[in-house]
Amino acid sequence: MLAYAFRRLGQSVIVLAAMSLLVFVGVYAIGNPIELLVNPEADDTERARAAAALGLDKPLWVQYGTFLVRAAHGDLGNSFVYNVPAIHLIVERLPATLELALAATLLGILIGIPLGLVAGLKPHSWVGRGIMAGSILGFSLPTFWVGLVLIMVFSVQLGWLPPNGRGATVTLAGIPVSFLTWDGLKHLAMPALNLALLRLALMIRLTRAGTREAILQDYVKFARAKGLTMRRVIGVHVLKNIMIPIVTVIGLELGSVIAFAIVTESIFAWPGTGKLLIDSINQLDRPVVVAFLMVVVTLCVGINFVVDVLYSLLDPRVRLGGAPAAAH
Amino acid sequence: MLRMFRIAALFLFASLAALGALGRDREVAIGLQAPVTSIDPHYHNLSPNNGMLLHIFEPLIRRDPDMKLTPCLATSWKALDDLTWEFKLRRNVRFHDGSPFTAEDVAFTLKRVPNVPNSPSSFATFTKPIVDVKIVDPYTIIFKTATPHVLLPSDMAAVYIVSKKNGEHAATEDYNSGKAAIGTGPYKFKEYVPNSRIVLTANYGYWGGEQPWDQVTFKILTNPAARVAALLSGDVQMIESVPTSDFTQIAKDRRFQLTDKVSNRVIYVHLLQESDKCPPYVTDKAGNPLPKNPFRDPRVRKALSIAIDRDAIAKRIMEGKAVPAGQLLPDFFFGTSKKIKPPKYDPQQAKKLLAEAGYPDGFSLTIFGPNGRYINDVKVAQAIAQFYSRIGIEAKVQTLPSSVYFTRASKLEFGYMLLGWGTESGEQGSSLRSLLATHDPAKGMGVTNRARYSNPALDKLIDEAMSTLDDRKREALIQEAAELAMGDTALIPIHYEVSTWATAAGYRYTPRTDQYTLAMDLRPAR
Repeated sequence: MLAYAFRRLGQSVIVLAAMSLLVFVGVYAIGNPIELLVNPEADDTERARAAAALGLDKPLWVQYGTFLVRAAHGDLGNSFVYNVPAIHLIVERLPATLELALAATLLGILIGIPLGLVAGLKPHSWVGRGIMAGSILGFSLPTFWVGLVLIMVFSVQLGWLPPNGRGATVTLAGIPVSFLTWDGLKHLAMPALNLALLRLALMIRLTRAGTREAILQDYVKFARAKGLTMRRVIGVHVLKNIMIPIVTVIGLELGSVIAFAIVTESIFAWPGTGKLLIDSINQLDRPVVVAFLMVVVTLCVGINFVVDVLYSLLDPRVRLGGAPAAAH
Repeated sequence: MLRMFRIAALFLFASLAALGALGRDREVAIGLQAPVTSIDPHYHNLSPNNGMLLHIFEPLIRRDPDMKLTPCLATSWKALDDLTWEFKLRRNVRFHDGSPFTAEDVAFTLKRVPNVPNSPSSFATFTKPIVDVKIVDPYTIIFKTATPHVLLPSDMAAVYIVSKKNGEHAATEDYNSGKAAIGTGPYKFKEYVPNSRIVLTANYGYWGGEQPWDQVTFKILTNPAARVAALLSGDVQMIESVPTSDFTQIAKDRRFQLTDKVSNRVIYVHLLQESDKCPPYVTDKAGNPLPKNPFRDPRVRKALSIAIDRDAIAKRIMEGKAVPAGQLLPDFFFGTSKKIKPPKYDPQQAKKLLAEAGYPDGFSLTIFGPNGRYINDVKVAQAIAQFYSRIGIEAKVQTLPSSVYFTRASKLEFGYMLLGWGTESGEQGSSLRSLLATHDPAKGMGVTNRARYSNPALDKLIDEAMSTLDDRKREALIQEAAELAMGDTALIPIHYEVSTWATAAGYRYTPRTDQYTLAMDLRPAR
């Protein structure tokens, strides 16, 4: 287990280095930040001064080298636009994004899995068909459109929910969270639902497919023959067996929701990292883009690790030691 | 029973809403389209910052809604000779912390401006011409320049005065946190959350009189649809930059009101004339480069200009929220010429000019433009392409995100480029100098002349104008320069953008031509 964790750590460092190089070169290739930052009336001295102040006057490989050396010391550089450490900008906004992502994922799990089970157990009833039809909508409606419709209905027409922003926050273990206040929950409801829609549809489909397959297996028949209640058969035996693909997808989706909730965040003006990323790309604020993607890669690696551990808990056949264990 | 309940609930709801409205009467929320990147007034020369910080800080001279210079922290100013300016400062002005404003603060500000670390776009452009500052008494200060600097008063409108007492050791972070964000303006700093919101409270001791609001919240709502939704739902009482597609809906709705004003931003076309070689993305109809640069021929430039139906673009694409342009600024600005009219749409004449220039069958070109930088920029580029097809010019359109577009345009990679220019000085001379003087960035001439247009006669006029302190003489020289440049179709002006605001009923906004959204200009309607 420990050896496995170390090997994963080594792999992550290589991934991080490769990714930072790609992003560095990529953002460099897009354009020159000076063109966007400096006032167009500025003369040559001012341009040269700005380039020097931001370290953009040096060749790319020197810039990358400086970045690597500083990154090794834990400094990912200052934002070109805001002149504050890029990592501060990200950490400041990360709680908002994590809260939104977790809320959306939770909604997806809590609503999606039960609905999927029902649809899987009663595939030909009108309930089952209705759920499946709903999940198709969840897949195919574009997020920005659903977001705007939600705002139009709940904020503009009914006036129940605020159309944008994050509500009042309270500090929980040093992290500002909004789900503990009524105002915060009201602000969170629509963006979370908007972001959850696609995961919801995904959960329904996965659970339904798994259930339909599992229900025909011998162990289910055997459990029923043994006289177990239907609730126990489904709640314990079926559910546990269909969880592996679902956990995998939840892990993958959680990573992507954290990293790329851009559309939802910009429609609801949610002060999260997605909005920061898109603004930074538009302004060619390279330190922020690089630092953000570093954080995301780290998070994704972490989530995948947790998913792997969960596999081993859910399925005793899975051993984290990998090849050496199998050889014995 | 159910109906009774509903009515009761409705009543309760309505009275609660009314109560809420009473308590918040003197609070207002405003939706902005672009983020404010700093509260340090000398860190980033960027329009959204400059507008926002005008609430907290003040310059010596400010601009009225038409961008005319009016006294602010200075009550009067005059040039003692070609190189010496004297400013008389306002008495009895206090900073937000109660300390008095004096000439020391002005001298401190001028010293700080060029020395803000890591500034991505410095305000030093405005202070550089000043080589020496002399404090005569606490309310009189003298600036010396090395060469005659006609834009000095205009430059002083861009430099916001900070307090020496609070600013001596303050860095940009101290302004962002509010510690050093202490100015003389009508509003005090309360909270700044980058990319999200800025909250200001009234400065009750403001020298300019009481403000109608106790608290103003600015929300950054970059998504246009979200901005409109925030207004419709009552979350904000005013938004700037109303999307064109929502004009009709909001105009019809009696709960809201649209306000607009022509801006200082002109949308124009630069035609690359760097050398005699055929510019990039310009070919004959078969796709081969032309033997010479057609854009160096004034007849071709004129043909490309009069082939565009500016009225149609303003009316149909911009829904009336644009004014056809014939020069670089609307004609109420300093240095504009009433003699210059927007070129008249005349495809027949354009065809004739092309034939005279040796292109009877036209040629092909690609119109390059940004994507989402200016109002409806993509549609404007497409419309121009269609007008060109009527005079036998085959035009393709390619639009790019700003981050890519401006870098490539500055590297002269495009032959035909759609661009925009906002004149911050409020006088046409500085625009002519930046856009059309011969490219010589070391001297500050033609710094944004991406066409590399060069006309020695024009250079001479601009040079002379920009060193003539006498306003009347300078204005005449700038007008002459503008007439010369526009007569030669040095660039193709398309239209002036019109800025728009929408307010909820009960609020009245006095629109500004510099596109700033200021709480000072928003008043209750009664």
